[in-house]
Amino acid sequence: MHDETPTARTLALAVDDWPGHVAGQHVDVRLTAADGYSAVRSYSIASAPSSDDRVEITVERLPNGEVSPYLTQQVAVGDELELRGPIGGWFIWRPGQAMPIQLVAGGSGIVPLMAMIRSHVSAGDKAQFRLLYSVREPGAVFYRDELGALSKQGDSLVVTYAYTRLTPPDWPRPAGRIDRELLANSLWPSTLQPSSYVCGPTAFVEYATDLMIANGHDRERIRTERFGATGERK
Amino acid sequence: MNASMNYLDGNAAAGELSRIFAVDLTSAEGQCANCGAKGRFAEAHLYMKCPGMVARCALCGHALLRLVNAGERLLLDLRGMNYLALVPSELQDSGR
Repeated sequence: MHDETPTARTLALAVDDWPGHVAGQHVDVRLTAADGYSAVRSYSIASAPSSDDRVEITVERLPNGEVSPYLTQQVAVGDELELRGPIGGWFIWRPGQAMPIQLVAGGSGIVPLMAMIRSHVSAGDKAQFRLLYSVREPGAVFYRDELGALSKQGDSLVVTYAYTRLTPPDWPRPAGRIDRELLANSLWPSTLQPSSYVCGPTAFVEYATDLMIANGHDRERIRTERFGATGERK
Repeated sequence: MNASMNYLDGNAAAGELSRIFAVDLTSAEGQCANCGAKGRFAEAHLYMKCPGMVARCALCGHALLRLVNAGERLLLDLRGMNYLALVPSELQDSGR
């Protein structure tokens, strides 16, 4: 277990007979209270597929959440969780596709996209990746050191941060929402026909997808994963 | 966040559907029985705060799928779709 930010924690889960997963899939975690009340939440897998029975999830603590406060504050190493998965067959990426890839993350929407980046790296995949990561402030960035190290290893991953509330000192772009110009500068030209994956809160996904389509990207090549602001997912 | 943004993607139904189906259905292409639009089930709009869950056509809003826990029974209503088309070679296990 380690904390990514003051409100988000990565948990490594050892799962007996884990069948293996594909980057982008999620697991459902069920918590059951002593009185029998239970709650299920979906969490994207953050780790690359690997041969060991180990899966990592990163959980953002939601105010008034039923599951995320437990997973980020109370659960201890060695505790058992009830898990279902891996789940999902659409918002996934496998190594070996020729086309360039662009990933657009809003907040904790980075998690399944990080699994794709890690899968890309661990497979030695040749596809060129670009990531646009929209995040509230510098302190809310997940996986910063790893993304920094990976983006320095040649040009197979280019990362652009967009800060919506607060930027680092001397940041060239003022804090604010992503816009068409930023997308045009940080993603692939639509003429290259990249495959796109967009993940974040529903309003972010709608907004980012509309901007991409306005920039000429084909809706058919954009896969999305939305999660609710009230904690149904992630 | 406005009220019209309270939906997720069909992706999010995969876990509940895995209680019933052995393969993941969210990557299947479905046709809306109301407007005729075709799309991956994963791209439908999914409403979770109903009794159970409702997937609606992203274009016309027609209810494509309803899945409700009713006591001992699990009720699945698929009449909002004319069909679901699956590509066997692309199927993922549902994760159940």
